Amino acid sequence: MQEMMIIIIGAILINNIVLSQFLGCCPFLGVSKKLSSAIGMGVAVTFVLTIASLITWLVQKFILVNLGIEYLQTIAFILVIASLVQFVEMVIRKKSPDLYKALGVYLPLITTNCAVLGVAIINIQKSYTFMQTLANSLGNALGFTLALILFAGIRERLEEADIPKSLQGMPIALITAALMSIAFLGFTGLL
Amino acid sequence: MSLGKEFTKGIFSENPLFRLTLGLCPSLAITTSVNNGIGMGVAFTGVLLASNIAISAMRKIIPDSIRIPSYIVIIATFVSMVEMLMHAYTPELFTSLGVFIPLIVVNCIILGRAEAFANKNGILPSIMDALGMGIGYTLALVVISAFREVLGAGTFMGYAVFSGSAPSALIMILPPGGFITLGCILAFLNKMQNVKVAKKAKLNQSIAQQQLSSN
Repeated sequence: MQEMMIIIIGAILINNIVLSQFLGCCPFLGVSKKLSSAIGMGVAVTFVLTIASLITWLVQKFILVNLGIEYLQTIAFILVIASLVQFVEMVIRKKSPDLYKALGVYLPLITTNCAVLGVAIINIQKSYTFMQTLANSLGNALGFTLALILFAGIRERLEEADIPKSLQGMPIALITAALMSIAFLGFTGLL
Repeated sequence: MSLGKEFTKGIFSENPLFRLTLGLCPSLAITTSVNNGIGMGVAFTGVLLASNIAISAMRKIIPDSIRIPSYIVIIATFVSMVEMLMHAYTPELFTSLGVFIPLIVVNCIILGRAEAFANKNGILPSIMDALGMGIGYTLALVVISAFREVLGAGTFMGYAVFSGSAPSALIMILPPGGFITLGCILAFLNKMQNVKVAKKAKLNQSIAQQQLSSN
């Protein structure tokens, strides 16, 4: 249990997936203009990333390794993730229209979110067990959500600030992300 | 549209990284040294070229409704091939790029080019498009990594730049450095663009005034 907590806290604060591993930068910079959409995206990613990591772990362990075809990892994983996202979208639409309204727009975007495939591959590379995979992907997903929500909060305030013309939009967002990343470096000595 | 224009648009007017800000993740993560930047750029260009050729050649066979999954499978196949080639021939680069080689699959530029260009155009224009975009992306990666490596480690492609013991700014090769460098480069390009637009507006104004006074 303690080991799992260490993995989760490490993934959220120390090795934050966006701010120190640079996975999932596109949604981080693209869907962070409004706090409400950032929360929607964060929840959708948390949901898909955790399920996708567990399923890809099972696929690797019971199909790819058993058949000796580990070299098909990339293709197999991206197919699993793409169809999983479709499946989740269908289930949510059928079972809970409210949730679908809130998350629907973000779900298709997640297929090409490199955080999902990245975490799935990293779990295999670090040869985690099933429970460690669960902890690591949940931690990474929560870290993504935390960074996204904090960043969206800052960007909402930045909208009202007087920013030089050439820095408006993407450049100021990147520099803000740099400052957040420096702040997260402070967690390095935590564990 | 001429082939030359397809080639140069990817390098300048539609540079995937600096103009369209696509493919950010690898450009921030692996640009800690120029060697990594070039390696990533070459791998990326190879995959883009192969997938553009394959998709353009099969554009009439692939049914419209399942085109996105088909593109992803085609791209993933070429990425796996590049991954194996790099593992065999450049093991050092393979370890330093790490997880970002398989992640070329989800690079939005490649799927974007397939969807926006290769499925509408013939093989030859698609080759030029892929080469232009690939070289444009590689150049962008080299520019970012040059700034980061020179300022952060005091070297360029592994060779020392400064004589003596100049202090290096470690922050530039740590994660924040990636965000800072790209942010400053984009701001600089915006500034250039603004100056150009302002100059053009001024020129138009003075021409209009001249015409007015001559009338």
